[in-house]
Amino acid sequence: MSIKKISKQQPEKFEFNDINLKTSKRIISKYPEGKQQSAVMSLLYLAQNQNQNWIPLAAMKYIAKLLNMPYIKVYEVATFYSMYNLSPVGKYFYQVCTTTPCMLRGAYKLVEACKEKISKNENEISEDGNCSWVEVECLGACVNAPMIQINENYYEDLSKEKLIKIINETKNGKQPKPGSYKGRFNSAPEKERTTLNNLKNA
Amino acid sequence: MLEDKDRIFQNLYGDNGIDIESSKLRGDWVDTKEICLKGKNWIIDEIKSSELRGRGGAGFPTGLKWSFAPKEISKPHYLVINADESEPGTCKDRDILRFEPQKLIEGCLIASYAVGAHKCYIYIRGEYYNEGENLQKSIDEAYEKKLIGKNACDTGWDLDVYIHYGAGAYICGEETALLESIEGNKGQPRLKPPFPALVGLYGCPTIVNNVETIAVVPTILRRGAKWFTSLGNPKNTGTKIFCISGNVNRPCNVEEEMGVTLKELIEKHAGGVIGGWENLKAVIPGGSSMPMLPKETCDTIKMDFDSLIQQKSGLGTAGIIVINKDQDIIACMARIARFYKHESCGQCTPCREGSGWMWRILERMKNNEASREEIEMLEEVTKQIEGHTICAFGEGSSWPVQGLLRHFKKEIIKRNNFNPLVNTNKNIPYLVDQHLLDKENA
Repeated sequence: MSIKKISKQQPEKFEFNDINLKTSKRIISKYPEGKQQSAVMSLLYLAQNQNQNWIPLAAMKYIAKLLNMPYIKVYEVATFYSMYNLSPVGKYFYQVCTTTPCMLRGAYKLVEACKEKISKNENEISEDGNCSWVEVECLGACVNAPMIQINENYYEDLSKEKLIKIINETKNGKQPKPGSYKGRFNSAPEKERTTLNNLKNA
Repeated sequence: MLEDKDRIFQNLYGDNGIDIESSKLRGDWVDTKEICLKGKNWIIDEIKSSELRGRGGAGFPTGLKWSFAPKEISKPHYLVINADESEPGTCKDRDILRFEPQKLIEGCLIASYAVGAHKCYIYIRGEYYNEGENLQKSIDEAYEKKLIGKNACDTGWDLDVYIHYGAGAYICGEETALLESIEGNKGQPRLKPPFPALVGLYGCPTIVNNVETIAVVPTILRRGAKWFTSLGNPKNTGTKIFCISGNVNRPCNVEEEMGVTLKELIEKHAGGVIGGWENLKAVIPGGSSMPMLPKETCDTIKMDFDSLIQQKSGLGTAGIIVINKDQDIIACMARIARFYKHESCGQCTPCREGSGWMWRILERMKNNEASREEIEMLEEVTKQIEGHTICAFGEGSSWPVQGLLRHFKKEIIKRNNFNPLVNTNKNIPYLVDQHLLDKENA
């Protein structure tokens, strides 16, 4: 269970734009009739994308109406899952994995870099308003540790210096290249691999 | 060592394309129709005799699970694929989603056919957004080629495959919590029985399987159960993707035979422990929920379900986390305890409160601030959580701590030898916890 701060400043109104309204209809149609409530998680995610990466209370009310379910149930879901941001975050939202497999390979050095370069504390937006960072639990790329996620992309095999470079890029408004920063091929071992050799480029 | 030709996931590292044409070259979607036309019973029997055990952690026999689905269909059946991979140390499903999506989709068709489901939901963790988008493209392509959809693959069976995204909750990897999450609720596990095979998604019979389990099914049926049982040991057959992370020189994912030795995996595939084998301190063999193994056991241990159970650990998801002597073992476990504190769903009191207690005690132990009594206390807390919760999260959070206490108690005692004032100065009246001295009052 994560403890979440709900932003004190809330917009009064929220409505899906046309594209998202269409997408939401498509999502609802995935589920059997009368079970439209199943779409709540995906719709919250859509709302988050539309509203600069965070979900205002107005969006929860809007989704509750759209799916014909009680507002409190939407609120429950939005506060339960850790990926929903309930207060504003940076345009580049850094999630640093610090669970044991990443920690063993120096994830706390990455936290240091974030503290130095972005903001002193978690969930604080940097001075230029572009970035914010948060420590998260395992992101499921353990053989590429240490790693971070910026918005939707994974950045793997990092070190403090490499992360500082990435932060500088995003500060200049550039989108850094996702993937491994050691030049290694996905989850294959570095340099010489021991399996699937003869099938390479088959 | 397993030969390349016996590896099921030929594209594990993403050397080749993931489109249907390239996948067909790797053997996917060949004879799918013929396999399905052999009938449901044949498929289930073949999987039963292949002795395939679930790859998601519990190791439940897959064929047996499928046979629990009611034979007479009165309500719609569902197949749910668990791709909510969140166990620390595990990242195998991500590679299947990225590089072998057609194996998974073909497996969905065969499994749905066998259990009588017309709808299949793939529950992907929200962080795997790019992987999910890739999979959606592969699903669309399969629809286009009429491999799934109406009259899928010409078998006369209708199948729809949908993706459902999670949103960052470890507990949704538990099958009933996952179903709650698909229904649009908080992911809190349900009481069992009734089991999902009878009352699952929307109250209908549902079979929940891990990604890897479903993705190996087509290959087993194509090459035969005999081939699969020829790999590994009895009751622990086939191949498995191992994820080797932590203090090794070249961390990687690798598919190996079940029952391969841990030493071979680490030394050969992952380039050895940083600082040499002698520098090894402990290994967590199956994702963070499994108790760790000390170096003496690591020298000889075989990686399969039953050998690890004998060592009071488990294969789990086969996420191997290697810890060497440069690390503080208590700090490693304190971080894992923090993970469980964060991810407890809050439904059962022993787990919600206990996971926090374990974390706080371990944090103190890390800083050499715990008292002698607290070591016993920690052990007691783990015992109070284990077996007293609705789902297996209670075991998952207390086992790693028990593993630490089992193998490294001496180290903890050496570092935390602080004797509280209350024990030494028994007669100081102003000590608030005086009453603790009286055994009768305790």
